[in-house]
Formats: sequence, C-alpha cells, structure tokens
Amino acid sequence: MSDEWPLWSSTLRARTAAAVGDPVLRRNVANAVDRFAGGRVTALAGLHDADELRAAARAVRADVIDHWAEILGELADNVMAGGGHVCWAGDAAEATAYVVDVAGRIGARNVVKSKSMVTEEIDLNHALEERGCRVTETDLGEWIIQLAAEHPSHILVPAVHRDRHQIAEVFDRRAGRPDGPADPEVLTAFARGALRGRFLEADLGITGVNFAVAETGSLVLVTNEGNGRLVSAVPRVHIAVMGAERVLRTWDQLDLMLNLLARSGTGQPLSAYTSITTGPRREGEVDGPDELHLVIVDNGRSRMAGTDMAEMLNCIRCGACLNVCPVYRQTGGHAYGWVYPGPMGAVLIPLLAARGPDDARAAEASSASTLCGACMEACPVEIPLQDLLLGLRRRKAANASARDRLVWQAWAAAWRRPGPYRESNRLALRSRRLLPLVRHLPAGRRWIEGRTLPTLPTRTFTERWEAGDV
Amino acid sequence: MSTQPGEPVDLFVTCVVDALMPEVGVATVKVLRASGCAVDVPRGQTCCGQPAWNAGFVDEAAAVASTTLDALDANPGRTVVVPAGSCATMIRVYWPTLFELAGHPDRAARARSVGARTRELTEHLAATSSAAPVASVAGAAVACHHGCHMTRELHLEDAPLEVLRRAGLPAAAWDGERCCGFGGTFSVTLPEASVTMADQKLDSLPAGVDTIVGADPSCLLQLGSRAAARGLAVRTRHIAEVLADALEAAE
Repeated sequence: MSDEWPLWSSTLRARTAAAVGDPVLRRNVANAVDRFAGGRVTALAGLHDADELRAAARAVRADVIDHWAEILGELADNVMAGGGHVCWAGDAAEATAYVVDVAGRIGARNVVKSKSMVTEEIDLNHALEERGCRVTETDLGEWIIQLAAEHPSHILVPAVHRDRHQIAEVFDRRAGRPDGPADPEVLTAFARGALRGRFLEADLGITGVNFAVAETGSLVLVTNEGNGRLVSAVPRVHIAVMGAERVLRTWDQLDLMLNLLARSGTGQPLSAYTSITTGPRREGEVDGPDELHLVIVDNGRSRMAGTDMAEMLNCIRCGACLNVCPVYRQTGGHAYGWVYPGPMGAVLIPLLAARGPDDARAAEASSASTLCGACMEACPVEIPLQDLLLGLRRRKAANASARDRLVWQAWAAAWRRPGPYRESNRLALRSRRLLPLVRHLPAGRRWIEGRTLPTLPTRTFTERWEAGDV
Repeated sequence: MSTQPGEPVDLFVTCVVDALMPEVGVATVKVLRASGCAVDVPRGQTCCGQPAWNAGFVDEAAAVASTTLDALDANPGRTVVVPAGSCATMIRVYWPTLFELAGHPDRAARARSVGARTRELTEHLAATSSAAPVASVAGAAVACHHGCHMTRELHLEDAPLEVLRRAGLPAAAWDGERCCGFGGTFSVTLPEASVTMADQKLDSLPAGVDTIVGADPSCLLQLGSRAAARGLAVRTRHIAEVLADALEAAE
C-alpha cells in the first residue's frame, strides 16, 4: 500500500488543523455538501416510503454478506461463462500485479480510467506508471486532482475542495491550457477536448464497479459524465476492479439499490449514466472490448465478516455520510489522510488501511467524529456508523499507551466513589485561582486555545444542596 | 409515565452541572418545584460515565456509571430527571450495552429499568401539563441549540421548543440541529476542528438573537466558551435558567 498517503506521515490533528485553517477549502466543501445533503432530503421525500426502502436495502445487503462467498462464486462463474476473466486478489499487491500483467501482455501504453476508489486504495496508477503506461483519469474531478497531484477529497466529487478559479489555475499550469477564463463551461469544454483524444488513443480501460449482479455476471457502473461508458467500451481491453463486497444477487436487488444510491449521494433520482456490462463484445456486436477482466479485491474486507464491524461491508459508497457530517463539512477529505473520508473513512481507515492490529495511525481515524449520529441517520443501508465508531474506539483503547490508560483509570478510581468525586470537584473550585495552570496540562491547553472558560462557581451544586441552599 | 403534581422526582444533576454550572442545577430544582414536583437528589451520584465510554474505556466507564446506577436505583418507580440530553441518552441508550460489555448483565438489567423511568428535563416538563406556570420573559431573542444525542437518539427535538413556547419565548429558526463541535474528548483531541465547528454555529445565528438556549450543558459550554473567546455579545443559557428567570419575573 502506498506510503504517500498523509495517514503515514502526519497526525490526524495536524491534518484537521491544516484543513480548517483554509477558509477557501471550507467554503467550497460546505457549499457542495450542503447542496448534496439538501438534494438528498428532497429526493428521498419524492419516494413513496424512503424509510421502508432503506430497511429493505439493509436487509438485502445483510443477506448478501451472509451468503457472500456463495454469491461471489456465482458472480465469477457467470462472468466467465460470458467470456470474461476473473482475478481473485487477496490484497492490493495481487490486484495491481494482475492488472500490470494484463497491461504488459497486451502491450498497453495508454490507459484511461473512470473514477474508482478501490483503484485508489490499491494505488493502481503508480503501479501502471512504473511499468511505463500513461494513465489518464477521465472523470473531470479526478482528472483535476490527478493534474494537481492530489488525492480525492470526496468519493463522488474528488475535487470538491477546489473552486473554479483554482481549477482554472490547475489547467493553465498543469494541462497546457493557455491562461483562460475560470468559467465552468469553458473549463469543461477544455477538459472534454483534452480527454477525447485520450479515449481514442487508449488501449486499456479501467473502471471501478458500483454493483456486480451475480445472477447474470453483470457489472454496473454509475457516472454523471458518460466517461465510464467510453472507458469500458472503446479500448480493446476493459479491466473492472471491484471491492469484493460490492456484489448483489439479483437485478431486483440492483433496482432497489439504484433507487437509493444517487438519491442519497447527490440527490439525483438516478445518475446521468448507468452503464451495465455483461461480458466482452460478442460476435455481431458493434461496441465493447475484446477482453473483459474482473478483479475482485479483498484487501482486508473478508476480515470484517463475522465481526462486530461486519455491517460496514453493507456500505454502497453513496457518500451521504460525508455530506451530512459536521466534521467533514469543515475539513474536507484530505484531513482523514487516506482513500475514504468522512464517517465512512473514520470506520474504514482503521479496518482497511491499518498495518496490523495495533496501528495507532490508522486507529486514530475513529476520533474524527463527535458521535453526533447524522451519518447513521442518512445512511441508505442503515449502517450504525456511530456504534461502529464506538467499537473501533474500544479497540483503540485496548491498545492505548500506559499513560492514556492511567488517566482514565485515575479518573475512574476517583469518580467511582462519591466521596472522592465530591472532593475532587470541591478542590477544583477552591483552587480556581490556579486555573491558569490548566495551560500546562495537554488537554487543558487544547481546551483553552480558542475557548474562554466561564467564571467558575465557588461551590458545587452538591455542596449547595447539602447546605440546604437550593 | 405521568407524574402527578406533588409526586417526588429524582434529579440526576450530572457532573458538568454539579461542578461547572451549579446554577443550572438550582434553576432545574426551582422549575421542577414550580411544576408541582418535590425534588430529591439521590445521594452517591457522580457521573454517567459518558466521557470514558466515548473514548472506548469500557471498564472505567462502567465503574463510574455503576456508582450513579446505584444512586438512581435507590428509589424504584420514581422518575429520574436529567438536565442534560446527552447524559439522559447515555443512561437510556448506552448503559445497557456498557454494562453488558463490561460483564455485568445484572447491572444492565437494572440500567434498563432506570432508563425506562429517566427523562430529559424538557421532555419531562413538556409531558407534565402542570409545567406551565411561567410568565413570558421580555427582551431576549433566543435560538435553540439541539444536542445531537437528544435529537437523534431520544428524538426530543420538539420538547425544548414546546417548553420555550409555553414560557412565551418562541425560539428563532436556526440551524440548531447541526453539531456544535463539542463531542466530549473530540473537543480536546481535535481542538481546531472543534472550534471551527462552534464558529460555524455561531456565525449562522439569525440576526438579532442574543441568547442561545439549550438543554445540553456541555454544548452550551462549548458554544459559550467560543463566543466569549471571540468577544461575541451572544450569551448561552440552559433552558432551566431561562424558565427560572421567568418564574422570578412572575413572582
């Protein structure tokens, strides 16, 4: 897994502090997520019974994960029966090795991609570039961040943190555009022109998979720009990379999920393009690749099955939790330090990014939440994100440093008995003139930077009650 | 559950009110008495254990919560009133899981029974019809901050507004449901993000509002401390304090 993710070189606090210190980023992110979150509410209100659908979607996902191996097997069988190839990749290295292998065999030079978070997760672009391929991201937002050499900051809108002026600057400096206006239509037209050539030159197309339908071996790709359709149909070879959990049994289940996916994420009834690929081009067909490969990526997912974290496997990556999260709204995605941001990321980073069970850097992600519960309320498959975050914090606490543990043990030793509890409060108030000393405690300093405590009372409520003064 | 006038209720003060905001406790007692209840403060109560629970330290949370469970379990059948939405949530929603995880199924069972008779203050006031003895308070323009747990776990979005309405203090429409950024240990783990979240709330206050009211002392502490650091004129007050003022004005 890539060492380049900020997760490995900085603390969560440093990243969030940097993010909230950028007012342009905060404004851009807030504008976008407010639009999406508002759109979600409106779009769901247009359904007959959104809550009933959410409950049904949760049940479908739970059933799929309960019969996961069997359904994945059916998917693989049907993909192969349709003339496709299937790779079972246990980890990122196996997945990238397979793709690089195919690229080498067909002599691929020009690779086009549609946006795929799982290929970010396995760091596929670097592996292909090292092999001499030119890799072009064709989702507009993803192309912008590829040019800017950044990571996506939202799973649906990778360049959400940038406004049109910043995008114009990227195009002017990194894409050879003669300094032009920061007009959205002009910018989009420039991107369309530049990318069109890449599609036509490409010998390998790589997409993600939003859903795979086992009963027919069909791969479903949802985009708003149509680039996914070009990537999967124009080049001679199409490789689809899917997180192993993104499978469904039937088209009926797909119907249900598509009803919720875009509504939850962007507030659209459906994304502009829903492309469904069943096998490579058959005889007599005009469009489609000669070869179709499906890479099914585990990379830590099967470890979650059967644990208290299993419900996270139900996630359909709609982005609703990012859009309603008050923390994400201020920080954007880079602060989380890895592929998946927001509440989804706060859960997935400790589970998928962790290099071993006591990886403190990855475990820290579960702290990026106030446990406000907005994510849980918005999730279309009703994942109890808040409960999962609490569970991850318990895991983290089990690996806590002796010092951190001692703080809580000392607290519990005092406050588990009424006498010391009362005495500790009484003493704290009696010595309130020593309050400035709080600055010398790490937690105290972190509180009073930016916050002014109210004047402390002279007596606790308990003292007043017992003195009969209430 | 109905509380007849004169029937005693148990008050769980909470640690934040006890040590940092005792005036909120005093106001709560005053308001409860005015609504016709006698008030007891069960001895031996400390904290609900939420800080450690949210940080993942189950044994430590359970040790502290057990003490408060014992105190609140001393008067079976009595309504327990809590002037803090998130502490009421801890008791009602999380205590059973906490005690199960800590290996105390017996305490989990007792927690369920205490939870079943635990009420957040405005929930209690809104449900007891006798609780409207107040005159309106002139002069203040208030907006209500809804604590996250109280809103999303206890579904008590209307109760504080209803209580304010009865006091003649309708709250201005505000983006009151968005988190204030306190989040317990979050406020010191990621202080920059926490403070920015408070700023977002403060900056979105409707024009003319001079007082933020709410039923969660720790949210009010967060918003009030940030407002003070920025020198903003806005005040934060617990709903109990506002109601107690109204009672005084009526006297």
